Amino acid sequence: MSCPLGTQKQVTMNNPQPPTASAQSGHRPRLSLGPITYYWPKEQVDAFYAMVAEAPVDIVYLGETICSKRNQVRHEDWLAIAERLAEHGKEVVLSTLTLLEAESELKRLRAICGQDQFMVEANDMGAVRLLAGRPFAIGPSVNCYNDRTLSVLAKQGLKRWALPVELTRETLEQMQRAKPAGVETEVMAYGRLPLAYSARCFTARHKHLPKDDCRDVCMDYPDGLVVNTQDDQQFLVLNGIQTQSAHTVNLLAELPAMRELGVDILRISPQSQRMDQVIALFHRALSDALEPAEASAQLNALMPVGPCDGYWHGEAGMAATAA
Amino acid sequence: MELVCPAGNLPALKAAVDNGANAVYIGFRDDTNARHFAGLNFAPNKMVEGIRYARGKGVRVFIALNTYPRPDGFGRFEQAVDKAAELGVDALIAADIGVLDYASRTHPTLNLHLSVQGSATNYEALRFYHEQFGIRRAVLPRVLSISQVKHVIEQSPVDIEVFAFGSLCVMVEGRCILSSYATGRSPNTYGACSPASHVEWIETDSGLDTRLGGVLIQRHPKGENVGYPTLCKGTFNTDGLTYHAIEDPVSLNAMELLPEMQAAGVKAIKIEGRQRSPVYVAQVTKIWREALDSFERSPSSFTPKPEWTAALGKVSEGAQTTLGPYHRPWQ
Repeated sequence: MSCPLGTQKQVTMNNPQPPTASAQSGHRPRLSLGPITYYWPKEQVDAFYAMVAEAPVDIVYLGETICSKRNQVRHEDWLAIAERLAEHGKEVVLSTLTLLEAESELKRLRAICGQDQFMVEANDMGAVRLLAGRPFAIGPSVNCYNDRTLSVLAKQGLKRWALPVELTRETLEQMQRAKPAGVETEVMAYGRLPLAYSARCFTARHKHLPKDDCRDVCMDYPDGLVVNTQDDQQFLVLNGIQTQSAHTVNLLAELPAMRELGVDILRISPQSQRMDQVIALFHRALSDALEPAEASAQLNALMPVGPCDGYWHGEAGMAATAA
Repeated sequence: MELVCPAGNLPALKAAVDNGANAVYIGFRDDTNARHFAGLNFAPNKMVEGIRYARGKGVRVFIALNTYPRPDGFGRFEQAVDKAAELGVDALIAADIGVLDYASRTHPTLNLHLSVQGSATNYEALRFYHEQFGIRRAVLPRVLSISQVKHVIEQSPVDIEVFAFGSLCVMVEGRCILSSYATGRSPNTYGACSPASHVEWIETDSGLDTRLGGVLIQRHPKGENVGYPTLCKGTFNTDGLTYHAIEDPVSLNAMELLPEMQAAGVKAIKIEGRQRSPVYVAQVTKIWREALDSFERSPSSFTPKPEWTAALGKVSEGAQTTLGPYHRPWQ
C-alpha cells in the first residue's frame, strides 16, 4: 500500500497505526452540514431542511446546540425533520447541547441519547457518558487534542471525531497517523468559527434584557450580531451564549491536503443566506467538477463578512492566508 | 471549606502558607499549565523546596497540569505527571482526557482533580471523569448559579471546588479560544490568554490604544487608567453602541456567598491569581482566612466586613467586583 504520509515529518507515537485505505490520494471525503447555530423561526428551519433534502450533502447534523431556551423546533420536530432527511438518503446525526447547566437540559439530553434511530453527536462529556457503549460522534467543542484522548473515547464507542477548530494542519497530520482504527475524522471547512460559550447571554444583555426573560431576541439576528472594534473592523459575532468569529472559515482550497491526510468528512456550518450555493460549490469541488482554489474563491463572495483560515496554517485564527 | 490559594513562585507559595491557605496550587515552568507566563512558575528544585515548606506547616500542595497536549507534546506531559507523582504532591489538577488516562493508569494512587479547564458543568460529565479516571475532586467552571452549584453537588460523585475570588473568566473555561483567534495562542494550547507577547500599547493624539494581535481592544482617552487588554474585557462597537460587549473589566468576589456555598456542600474555595505578586497573595489569603474563620465561628450571622471588601476591591481588576454567574442577573 502506498503511504501518502510517508514523506511528511516523522512523529513519535506509542501506537502508530498505518494510514487507512481512505488516506489514498483520490479519496473523496463526504460532505456534512453542521447543526444550525442560530435561532430561526420554525418556518425558516423547515424551508432550510426542505432545501437540504434535495441538496448534495451526505450527512446532516440536527438539533439545538447553543441555548435550551430556543424552542421553536422541539425534540419531536427534530425527529420528524430527521426522518424526512433520512428518506432522502441523508445520514442524520442528532447533535446535543454544548453547555449543560440545568436539570431540564439533562432531561432533554437523555431523550436524545436514549433514542436509537439516529447516531448522536456529543458536544459535552456528559453526553459522552450517556452514549458510552454505543456508536457516537463528538463535535468540535469536545476537547480532543491528542490521539490518547481519541483512544480513550474509542473504547467508549467513538466512531467519529471533529478536529477542534483551533488546531492546525500539522496537528491533524499527527492525529491521523496515530488515531485508533475505525474512527472517522471530520474537519470544519466552512462557517463562522465557534470561539466561546458562556453562562451569560450576550445578545439579551445587548438589548438590556435579563437572560431569563430574553423575549427570543436572538431571532432578530439570523446570522448573529456582529461586534466591531472601535476602528471598525468586523471582529466577532454574538450568538446568545456563544461567541463566533465574524469571518467565515474557508478551507475548501485545502481539499487536496485533506485528501492526502485522509480526512473523511468536511463539515460546513449553516448561514441564513445562499447556503444552497455554498453546498453546490463544495459538491463541485469534491466531485472534481471545479478546482478547489476556484471554488474557494467563489465561496468568499457568499460570506456575511469575509474569509479566514489562520488556524489551519498555525497562525491566529482570524488570519486569511489564502484570500 | 478548604481555602485553595495560588502561587506563581516560591515567595508567593510562602505568602499563601504563612497567611492561612489550606492548600496551594502551583505549576511547572512551561506550557503544561494555564498560567504560562514569562518568569512565572516552578523549576523542579523550587517545587521540592515549596512542597517541603508547605508540608512543614500542614498545608497541601496541588500541581496544575491543565492545558491540552497535542500528539507531539504528549511525552512532556507524561514526564510532568511522573514528576508530580515522584514529588508526592497532594493532587494533580488536569483537564485533558489523555493526560488523566495516563496519570490514572501509571500512578493509581495519585490523587486527581479535574481542572476547571475540563469544562465539566454537569454531574453526568463529572461521573464520566470519576468512572474513567477516579478523579476525587472537580473545579467547576464559572458558569453556574449558586443553586445550580448545589444541584450539581447533590448528584456529584466527587468533591467540588469553586472559584471565590480573582480574575473572572466570562466564558466556560477550556471552551474559549478567543485568545488564539486573535493571537494564535490560547489557554488550551499554550497556557495563556491574551498573551503579553501579542500586546501593543500605542500612543495616539487622543490617548492610548491597546491592541492584541493587532486587534484594537481598548481606546483610552488621555489620563484614563489603562488596564491590560484581555480580549473579553475590551470595548467594542455593536449595533451603534460602544461598550464592553462581553464583560466589564471586573473581578469575581463571592465572599458574601460563603453561607450558601457551605450549605450547597462546596468542599473548597479557590482564589485565582498565580500570575499575581507575593504581596497580593499574602493580602488576599489573609483576608479570606479571616473571613472563613469568622464564618465558621458564627455561620448564621456572617457578613463580609466592609474593610475586607474594600481591601479586596482595591486589588481587583478594574477595582470592581461582581458575584458573576453565581448571581442570576449577571447572566
